[in-house]
Amino acid sequence: MEIFKSGRVYDFMGKRIPFLGLSALLVIASLVLLLSKGVNFGIDFAGGTIVQVKYEQKAPINDIRNTLKATQYKNASITEFGSPEEVVIRITGSSSDLANDIGDEMHVLLKSTGDFEVRRVDIVGPKVGGELREKGIMALSLSLIVILVYVSFRFEWRFAVASIFALAHDVIIALGAISLFQVEVNLDILAAILTILGYSLNDTIIVFDRIREGVNTSKEAELEKVVNDSVSKTLSRTTLTSLTTFFVVITLFLFGGEIIHGFAFTMLVGVVVGTYSSIFVAASFLVQLKFSIANFRAKEAEKVKRQKEKDKMRAMYEQGTV
Amino acid sequence: MKIFNYRLVIFILSIIFGVVFSVPSFLQTDSGKKISLGLDLQGGLHMRLGVKTDEAVTSKIKSIATSIKYFADDEDVLIEDLGIRDDSVVFTVLDGDEIPKVDKMLEQIKGLNIVKNDLDFRINLTEEEAARTKDLAVSQAVETIRNRLDQFGLSEPTVIRQGPTAIVVELPGIKTQEDEKAARELISKPANLELMAVDEERADQVYTLSKGAAAEYGDVILEDTKDPSIKYLVKEIPILNGSQVIDAQVAFDQSNQAIINFTLNSSGARIFGDFTAKSVGKRLAVVLDGKVYSAPNIRERIGGGSGQISGGFTTVEAGNVAIALRSGALPASVELLEKRSVGPSLGADSIKASTIALVSGFLIVFIFMIVYYRNAGIIANIALVTNIFIIISVMAMFGATLTLPGMAGIVLTVGMAVDANVIIGERIRELLKQGVSIPKSIEDGYANAMSAILDANITTLLVAVILYAYGTGPIKGFAVTISIGILASMLTAILGTHGIYEALLPKIQKDKNLRKWFGIK
Repeated sequence: MEIFKSGRVYDFMGKRIPFLGLSALLVIASLVLLLSKGVNFGIDFAGGTIVQVKYEQKAPINDIRNTLKATQYKNASITEFGSPEEVVIRITGSSSDLANDIGDEMHVLLKSTGDFEVRRVDIVGPKVGGELREKGIMALSLSLIVILVYVSFRFEWRFAVASIFALAHDVIIALGAISLFQVEVNLDILAAILTILGYSLNDTIIVFDRIREGVNTSKEAELEKVVNDSVSKTLSRTTLTSLTTFFVVITLFLFGGEIIHGFAFTMLVGVVVGTYSSIFVAASFLVQLKFSIANFRAKEAEKVKRQKEKDKMRAMYEQGTV
Repeated sequence: MKIFNYRLVIFILSIIFGVVFSVPSFLQTDSGKKISLGLDLQGGLHMRLGVKTDEAVTSKIKSIATSIKYFADDEDVLIEDLGIRDDSVVFTVLDGDEIPKVDKMLEQIKGLNIVKNDLDFRINLTEEEAARTKDLAVSQAVETIRNRLDQFGLSEPTVIRQGPTAIVVELPGIKTQEDEKAARELISKPANLELMAVDEERADQVYTLSKGAAAEYGDVILEDTKDPSIKYLVKEIPILNGSQVIDAQVAFDQSNQAIINFTLNSSGARIFGDFTAKSVGKRLAVVLDGKVYSAPNIRERIGGGSGQISGGFTTVEAGNVAIALRSGALPASVELLEKRSVGPSLGADSIKASTIALVSGFLIVFIFMIVYYRNAGIIANIALVTNIFIIISVMAMFGATLTLPGMAGIVLTVGMAVDANVIIGERIRELLKQGVSIPKSIEDGYANAMSAILDANITTLLVAVILYAYGTGPIKGFAVTISIGILASMLTAILGTHGIYEALLPKIQKDKNLRKWFGIK
């Protein structure tokens, strides 16, 4: 079985301007969303309290709301969680008192609303929330820097810059989707974003590796043609891997339960956008950055020459002629 | 014909390793190292506590004041106005000739800043000593909480220090709300026992005195534990504190009320004996965590160094207080910074959901690979299955914890581990289509694919390492499974499949059926 006809070269670079335009549009839309709507920080980053309650019958959300209205938790938000029996009560703020627990309190307060079980109580104090936010930003930026350094080291700086552009593209669009659907941003979402980073970089590097190989082995002088050839050759692989990952992530999304929903959603967006960007965007950036085949080859030739000279010197030295 | 090549041998060894060491985890056998389930999967309580280290400094100052008072009483050095002001002990020596004696005594206590102004002394801790005290308070709190939880009979509690002031407590397998509540109370109870002298001279003014006015006399006002309207005026500097308690047990008094008998160490016993001998007729307040439990009259000298706390405990309460006293007081109180508690039923649901996701995701990939690549797909699938076994084995060996994001990590590894085989497979197909011979296609296919696979894996690994370094709990679990998965896939998907091809090569060459073997015409 084959998805793409082998040997066929698609003219991706000829259409790079419309694709880059589409990407720019998506990125701008995402940024607008992020700035206007913002992201919905969950308690991991904002601090706060959530109590997850499961009723034996359909959860009486209105009863719960009315009951809590008369208490100090009148600002609590109550939402269905995964199934009609289950609700999550979100409370801004947290208590640092160890002995008096909000889970116990809810037991007493909600006694009249039916038979239920408190399944989860998460409390994140403001200090911890701030710390986690800081660490999250550190992790994200450190990842980008490490990737930049590694790719520069392995390839050429334009490859690194192009891959960072592509990564930023993916992450911003994923964040845009998170903002659009108001997915609660917790630690697991951060993990998802960092995974997208790694995943999309995987794709990009495999394409770049092919481009480098093409530049080194083919006689083609025009970068666009080399890129088209390389992207076309990796097309089966890119779509295949994306498909398998996509299948897996969609099963996580469908069957993974409510807790992993946000993670799976973010991954889903990331896989789709990451695949798109490694086919249409990353290499386009490389072309836009005016990567020069002639210079690259000259440098490679220079490297080979230097190596040869070194070897010659060594040979001479070993023979004792110097 | 050479069937066994070094790649295949290594691969077979890794299959054996993977299967053997994952058996205990899969079958949940009693022996052998098993992968442990994170709190989010088995249910339990995770807490991050902050130690209020400033309190430790205050209490250290208080204990220094206690020693000074005992020294003065013991050596008949007349001092007055002994008290605590802004974390400093202040007092005045009445007779200047006795200052060398006082100096000598103070010399024995390390880390003090002593400011003398004629006969007035002002003592506080040096900066290093204060820092040391704070540090000690945290490690002592860790020790104390661990002891208490051990005695409480919880299975495998984890108590570890995190950073300068925080402690992480993990209690897997807490089943009920009541258990959780009891554990939290046990952890949070300062269990700071103090025996304090009631200021009999001013006792009748207790209801009219303000806090500030009481402090002027070196007194504090404490409430009764059962009835807060009953107040006691006691000397601020305690006679004894809980650090001298070596044992505490629950007992019952004549009316069958639970009480706690405590035993003091030898120096405590001596101080207690001396004090009671001197204070017959006066009252002694038994204070636990700032509340007065009882204030009996001292009828005679109490030797032997034991006493009791009565105060209307229930048996369970008395038991917990006794545990707390035995394990020592918390040097400073703790506050809750973060808490995550997961009920066992939620954990079970999470396991179920993620197993379904894992199995179905796996099956889809499995079938897809066979349809697309035929025999090459089967070979890739063998590598994939081995990969999962190895992840489980390695995690079990290192005692790593499987969390919900860790499960997601495994699911994701399934998706990404076939990647290497897809890259190799595509390369081989490419070469075969160009008319290259089968053995050379396979060799070059692996060689050509290698740099891309390595670059891709190394970058993902780098991200995973960063995730591990900056992540907390569950995220760390995710990073761990991803990292192990990537490393394992190098072994299985690159080395292992190559070995299989090498072994099967004579057969493939004889067969020459590229459709059957690589899924192409």
